[in-house]
Amino acid sequence: MHTLFHKVWNAHAVRTLASGQTQLFVGLHLVHEVTSPQAFDMVRQHGWRVPYPERTFATVDHIVPTSSQKRPFIDLTAEQMTSALEGNCREFGITLYAPGGDGGDNQGIVHVIGPELGLTQPGMTIACGDSHTSTHGALGAIAFGIGTSQVRDVLASQCLALDPLKVRRIEVTGRLRPGVFAKDVILTIIRRLGVNGGVGFAYEYAGPTIEGMTIDERMTICNMSIEGGARAGYVNPDDTTFAFLEGRRFAPQGAAFGRAVEWWRQIASDAGATYDDVVTIDASAIEPTVTWGINPGQSVGIHESIAANADPEALAFMGFSGGAPVEGTRIDVAFIGSCTNGRLSDLEEAAKVVRGRRVASHVQALVVPGSQAVRRAAEARGLDEIFTKAGFEWRGAGCSMCLAMNPDKLEGQQVCASSSNRNFKGRQGSPTGRTLLMSPAMVAAAAVAGEVVDVREMLEEVPA
Amino acid sequence: MAAITAVAGRGLPLRGADLDTDRIMPARFLRAVTFEGLEHHLFEDDRAADPAHPFSDPRYRGATVLVVNRNFGCGSSREHAPQGLARYGIKAIVGESFSEIFLGNSSVLGMPCLTASPESIDALQSLLEREPQIVIDVRVDTGVVTAGDLHVQAQMPPGMRDAFLTDQWNPTAMLLDRYEQVRAVATSLPYISGFQE
Repeated sequence: MHTLFHKVWNAHAVRTLASGQTQLFVGLHLVHEVTSPQAFDMVRQHGWRVPYPERTFATVDHIVPTSSQKRPFIDLTAEQMTSALEGNCREFGITLYAPGGDGGDNQGIVHVIGPELGLTQPGMTIACGDSHTSTHGALGAIAFGIGTSQVRDVLASQCLALDPLKVRRIEVTGRLRPGVFAKDVILTIIRRLGVNGGVGFAYEYAGPTIEGMTIDERMTICNMSIEGGARAGYVNPDDTTFAFLEGRRFAPQGAAFGRAVEWWRQIASDAGATYDDVVTIDASAIEPTVTWGINPGQSVGIHESIAANADPEALAFMGFSGGAPVEGTRIDVAFIGSCTNGRLSDLEEAAKVVRGRRVASHVQALVVPGSQAVRRAAEARGLDEIFTKAGFEWRGAGCSMCLAMNPDKLEGQQVCASSSNRNFKGRQGSPTGRTLLMSPAMVAAAAVAGEVVDVREMLEEVPA
Repeated sequence: MAAITAVAGRGLPLRGADLDTDRIMPARFLRAVTFEGLEHHLFEDDRAADPAHPFSDPRYRGATVLVVNRNFGCGSSREHAPQGLARYGIKAIVGESFSEIFLGNSSVLGMPCLTASPESIDALQSLLEREPQIVIDVRVDTGVVTAGDLHVQAQMPPGMRDAFLTDQWNPTAMLLDRYEQVRAVATSLPYISGFQE
């Protein structure tokens, strides 16, 4: 009786190293332009080769401009980092999806394109030099964020030296109320367990609420595992997973797909598996949730007040007082996008709110699709028109204002309603900028109202 | 590489819980293809906001032991954060707790991270604030951290400790060592062969 985590770990374990760590084979390695150039340099300097180039895929997402993705990029550093990745991928035989290159229309945020292309599959070990790699656990993979030295290790050996994790099962029961989304569930989990509550653990998200979720929703949940301190998070693969994967470009095809499903079913946690910890969350009690502070655990329900004795440093930075509500806070910027909430279903939920309405005149609002494929699918459904008519900017694919490595940044003390994952001080590009994390629908509602509001009120009254 | 059994030097007390890697190294300094010069940008925004920030305080210049609080290095996996600290001259970090990715990234740079109780950390930080010139001795082998008359028992996972003591803290050579075993594991995984019969 084992968990998926232990089965996947054991299937990929090469040996126990002298340090006590496990040498773990990495089934899929994803690379982007910001955490890889130094790794490629180290591989080159040592004269190593890349033994499994077909198990690494690269794209550009962090620094790419989203205003125009025509090459050469206007931002010279972005152009330089993209060409460096192009050169590295060419030299080592790695497939790269970047604007202007072969397969460039597959470009997007690394955690959006992996599942989209069917690269991410159940039972795999996945590594990427990005902490939100936990996203891929939504399909039943064990996926880790790693540093650049480890990117070097994976390139050179297809392996990582890691300590095994304990497994905490997070059982979510109860029906989500209308206007409440996966984002609200994960913000609630992090608030309850703490931003470091998951250190040393992989989170297994389970229970009827999770089982009833789409893969997009499961990705939102797994994505933010790291914000709770858990390096990996996953959902056991099921029929929803298999239906999502069938027909995707890199998924097994034909009879092989049937054999894959058999293996994927076996790799899921056994019914009697033992866990290091079990936590239960009642989803029916969750309200649309908004962060008020400077870490993702500092949140409240939309009609709840901030605790009177809340962290003074966070209150001072954000300009809130203990005992005050977040509802009604005036915003300057609305950002819909990121590896947390930049997929088609996220844009659809936001568009439902925006349709027939206008962005408040003092708000800059932008939609940044998670990938070029998401952008094309949204345009095919006319979502771009709904957003632009309302006054949103419709951008190219990338990480954009989630971490502000490109020109999409907050200025001064601007307040941003954001569908991203981190409200750290300075995260969105201005050292004094302030981030309020919430679901894409809530961001859309805030954009229209010009302040933080309960999206359910807008969902009830449909404009003529 | 070399075995690391102890680090001794002056200390730098940095108070605050959940100091994330965006704080340690703001994202705009990741716009480069090397790690060079990152030591100049540590806590750049925090230092601008607080002129008395310990990383700006001349009394702590040249410190090699950083003393921090809970969940240090949480958030982004950017190795640029520990790279910046190591290039600045930090050789060991003692704290209440660390994020897992930061701890791993620091270890492979040969910068051990040890944990100690909140009371011990507070005592160390207070001592450093009173006597910035005092020398801290961090024993990786025993976990004992000594500063003047203050002795603190710190911890590190035994495997990681042994890796520092036996010069195996950078695992790349070990990972490259058994290629046949790696290939055997790869071959045993059904997805590597595309689920062929």
